[in-house]
Amino acid sequence: MLKRLVVLVAVIALSFTFAVKDATSAEKEFRIGWLAAVTGWAAQIGKDMTNGFKMYLDQQNYKFGPLKVKFIVEDNLAKPPVNVRKAMKLIKRDKVHLFSGGLLASTGYALAPLAERTNVLYISPIPAADDLTQRKRYKNFMRLGFTSSQNSHPQGQWACEQGFKKVVTIAADYAFGYETVGGFQKTFEACGGKIIKKLWPKIGTKDFAPYLAKFPKDLDAVFTLMVGGMSLSFPKQFRGAGFKAPMLGGITSADEFILPNMGDEAIGYITAGQYSAALDTKKNRAFVKEYQKRYGKMASYYSESCYTAALFIHKALAKINYKYDRDKFKDAMRSLRVDAIRGPVYLDKFDNPVHNVYIRKVVRISGDHKGLGVKPNSLWNKVIKTYPAIGQFYPDSAEKFLKQPVYSKNFPPCKHCR
Amino acid sequence: MKSIELLISAIALGLGIICYLKLDKKNIILKKFVMLFFGLLTIGCLTPFIDKYVPLSQLIMNEILVFGVLAMSLDILMGYTGLASLGHAAYFGVSSYACAIVMTKTSWVTSFAAYTWAQSNGLGIIFLLVLAIVVAIFFAAFFGLLAIRATDVYFLMITLSLAMVVWGLAYRWSAVTEGDNGINVPGRPSLFGINLDNDYNFYFFTLGIFLLCFSVMYLFVNSPFGKTLVGIRESEERMKMLGYNTWLHKYIAFIVAGIFSGIAGFLWTLFNLFVSPPDLELITSAEALFMVALGGPATLLGPVIGASIIKILQQFVSIYVERWPLILGAIYIITIMVSRLYKVEGILGIVSKIRGSSASSKE
Amino acid sequence: MFSAEKMIILTYSSFAYAALLFLLASGLSLIFGVMRIVNLAHAAFFLFSGYIALEFYNIIYGTVSLIPRFIQIISWTVLYFVWKSISKKMSGGRSALLLLVIYLIIEIFSLSFWSFPIYENLFFVKVPVKSVANLSIWMLIGALIFTIIIISLAGFFVERVFLRQLGQDTIAQVLVTIGFAFILQDGSLYMWGGDNYFFDLPKLLGGSFTMQGMTFEKFRLFLIFVAAIVAIALYFCIERTKLGAIMRATVDDPEMARGVGINTNIVSMSIFAIGTSLAAIGGIVGASFLGVYPGLDFEILPYAFAVVIIGGMGSLGGALVGSIIVGLIENFATAFFPELNYFALFAPMAIILAVKPTGLFGKG
Repeated sequence: MLKRLVVLVAVIALSFTFAVKDATSAEKEFRIGWLAAVTGWAAQIGKDMTNGFKMYLDQQNYKFGPLKVKFIVEDNLAKPPVNVRKAMKLIKRDKVHLFSGGLLASTGYALAPLAERTNVLYISPIPAADDLTQRKRYKNFMRLGFTSSQNSHPQGQWACEQGFKKVVTIAADYAFGYETVGGFQKTFEACGGKIIKKLWPKIGTKDFAPYLAKFPKDLDAVFTLMVGGMSLSFPKQFRGAGFKAPMLGGITSADEFILPNMGDEAIGYITAGQYSAALDTKKNRAFVKEYQKRYGKMASYYSESCYTAALFIHKALAKINYKYDRDKFKDAMRSLRVDAIRGPVYLDKFDNPVHNVYIRKVVRISGDHKGLGVKPNSLWNKVIKTYPAIGQFYPDSAEKFLKQPVYSKNFPPCKHCR
Repeated sequence: MKSIELLISAIALGLGIICYLKLDKKNIILKKFVMLFFGLLTIGCLTPFIDKYVPLSQLIMNEILVFGVLAMSLDILMGYTGLASLGHAAYFGVSSYACAIVMTKTSWVTSFAAYTWAQSNGLGIIFLLVLAIVVAIFFAAFFGLLAIRATDVYFLMITLSLAMVVWGLAYRWSAVTEGDNGINVPGRPSLFGINLDNDYNFYFFTLGIFLLCFSVMYLFVNSPFGKTLVGIRESEERMKMLGYNTWLHKYIAFIVAGIFSGIAGFLWTLFNLFVSPPDLELITSAEALFMVALGGPATLLGPVIGASIIKILQQFVSIYVERWPLILGAIYIITIMVSRLYKVEGILGIVSKIRGSSASSKE
Repeated sequence: MFSAEKMIILTYSSFAYAALLFLLASGLSLIFGVMRIVNLAHAAFFLFSGYIALEFYNIIYGTVSLIPRFIQIISWTVLYFVWKSISKKMSGGRSALLLLVIYLIIEIFSLSFWSFPIYENLFFVKVPVKSVANLSIWMLIGALIFTIIIISLAGFFVERVFLRQLGQDTIAQVLVTIGFAFILQDGSLYMWGGDNYFFDLPKLLGGSFTMQGMTFEKFRLFLIFVAAIVAIALYFCIERTKLGAIMRATVDDPEMARGVGINTNIVSMSIFAIGTSLAAIGGIVGASFLGVYPGLDFEILPYAFAVVIIGGMGSLGGALVGSIIVGLIENFATAFFPELNYFALFAPMAIILAVKPTGLFGKG
């Protein structure tokens, strides 16, 4: 009997030795934990993110000054609870200096408190939940992507200036959708436009017919925020139902990630984003070209954001002479002015980036566009207007902006809805 | 002080051996219980010690304990009563949501006031535990009314669909559940002045609850009532003939399973400090089902072993192999094929078969 | 707020949606009704066939080469015959197990340790595909035939080598098919990448037509048309032909069927293959509507089950009625009570089950 017990204990102990740390941590090592989907529905997005980050590390030969970079990728399945578990693993087992990655806004909400609890810095390249750098700020949370409403504030103004008067919004039913639409509505209505209907299809909606049936016939434009498969099917079904109105949208409605799989119905789609692969700067051309060569894909905002995150980490480390100390590192991050691929970027005092916002229009460009090596006759997000140095509160001041509640389904209220 | 866990586990081991030797040989049930209890206690206490050398093991063990409770509770239904449920994540989910909501929604005056009162008296965590149990009872009692009539595949399907309703609720009722964002719990309440925000303390708290649940479930399945459930599993008709109200028996088993699933949910909220809709998905229910099938149904230890294996795999396979779902899928299939082919039920089944064959060869 | 016109359009699209659901659920229902197998991998087959059709189009357009996939097919065939020769020496189940263990070892080693990934080059070959447009109707038909052949072979394989060994153990079936769902899902993610692919229907079926000032999309009509053909064909096949009689005989009393000389093994294998082929038809037609992307399978699986549960498991008529109910509820509830659209599907399902646990047309 006793023997059996001993055997049982031994088995359990053995199974734990599976987890024995690989090597003793070297002094001159800088460990970065990375959370991205390797499997599951978001695997390709995860790959784009990882590739972006890795490309920078590759270019630097995995060396930040004297430090050797150890880049540890964990599969998060794009599910928030899994993120929490894997982040704990990165912190406890790999003893990372900081961790980054994550995709959904909900992931941001899951990881930011964890970063505060465990005293490890979390740098968010993609999760765009507004409040994380606004009303519910967390220590040890810094963002290098964007807030959901950051892009749509200038876009609302732009749409109004183009003379659109009556706009219907249709957006995925979750925080990212509410905040993107909220930002658009705020500036659009402040300038005199009218949102006449707001619709919220659930994530993963396949059939838009019940929503399209609710569209008034006399709309000037539709504003969409679609994610994943929805981005592809909405334009088809919208045009199929006989609507001719122009389509406006948030960044994910027509980003470079899904553009290669879109058809002619997407041409003319106007979205706002902090990045476009068609951005005509020397830096970006080189970036897109190299990305295409390495991974055979058009660079997307996922890869650019993650690339920029790596760039920021490197620059901030350089500023503190490669001696990592969390608080000093944070200060260094805040003081940086980086000329990134997307244009000049710096952090505001809420640790959210201030950068250009580009109004982009989907066009088909025949031939090898500027010799970048992308498949001929592809769709591109042509930049038609640049709003320079846009922060998350544009056009208000931070104090004024923070007085309003976070954008939600009911805020801003829909005054002109019928 | 550093190796206090060693001391405790040594004491537990010693106690176990003493009790084992002292106890009457005829009382097999009690004997087995004592052995299991102290065995689990020993391993449980040893883990934080191991953690000093193998980081992360305490965290994983903590997760195993939480899912162990869930898997054991499913075992009451699946192993002992013969009702395989594919919606067991529902009670797990509602309880964890209930705890998270009470801890965070300050605007809900009444519940929050009660919680604050309990909190100020050092009973916050007890309040949450009771809440989790009550919520689980409520849901299980309601779902049981709908589901118990069905058997076999239909039971599977009806529990699946009910769990989907709960999942939809969590996803959709965003005013309360924060929808897709999930709820972040700021911290754990303390227990009689013991700070549970410390992971080390919380681990022992979980271990305590786990052992308590294990003991209660052990008593439950070995009680006359539990025996009746096994009778129903073997032949419901015969039990009906004998004058048992089989419906009521199954209904009560359903509720009891729900309660322990709810306790697992309560532990999960405090462990992860984050609740979101994926916790209630079909995958979670299927995982629980697999834990039971892997470890061995109708043994309470089996599901715990199943839970350990699954959780350890989830943590480590993904480090070494990028395409781990392929491996996990293959392991699912292999396990089931083995248990079908060799007519054994899970790992404990294999163990007992080996023991049986070695015993017979000795004779 | 809803005019008659809009109601007509909504009904029209509901029926199209129902048609898609029928294509998805009929196979599931057939497999359950005849073989009592709860096939949780059904939606994975649905997604898989979408990918295969996509690759077929790519092959036609010459954007990918045929050779790597050819190698893959050969290696699977070899694997099957290896299994067959082992199974002569030991029971079918044990040889399947052996095969699986070999598979697992190859997988672990080639994915993590070996520099030459055998697994990657033989069993799950990566082929970079692209979204396609401008198809002709013949290509659609070609894709249908091609995909049905491949998918029914896969169905044969899964049934013959694995599911048959399980007998009537529900839990075992559920877990094994979930295992296959994992493998198919991740295998397809690996082979085709995780992009959101799309392929349009042929020009002839694309676009929309206008009637009485209302715009109808043509492809919805096409969906209804395909579903109707499948429903009628299934009905005749099962109720009116000798094959159907054999099938029904096998279901009702396998012992007796074997007694009168029916090869029940082949029958159950064929039924599983027919079930997966139905998923394939749904997958191809549905892909032009839903797209092809990882995660689609677990997204639509609950809908398939909702249909089958409401209609009654194993009844084709039930699947038809069930899909119409689900299609109508889903679309109308979304239009009128957008807040409720998750409950709108599952709450009626729970109620129906509570009243009649076997579903509307289930025999129990």
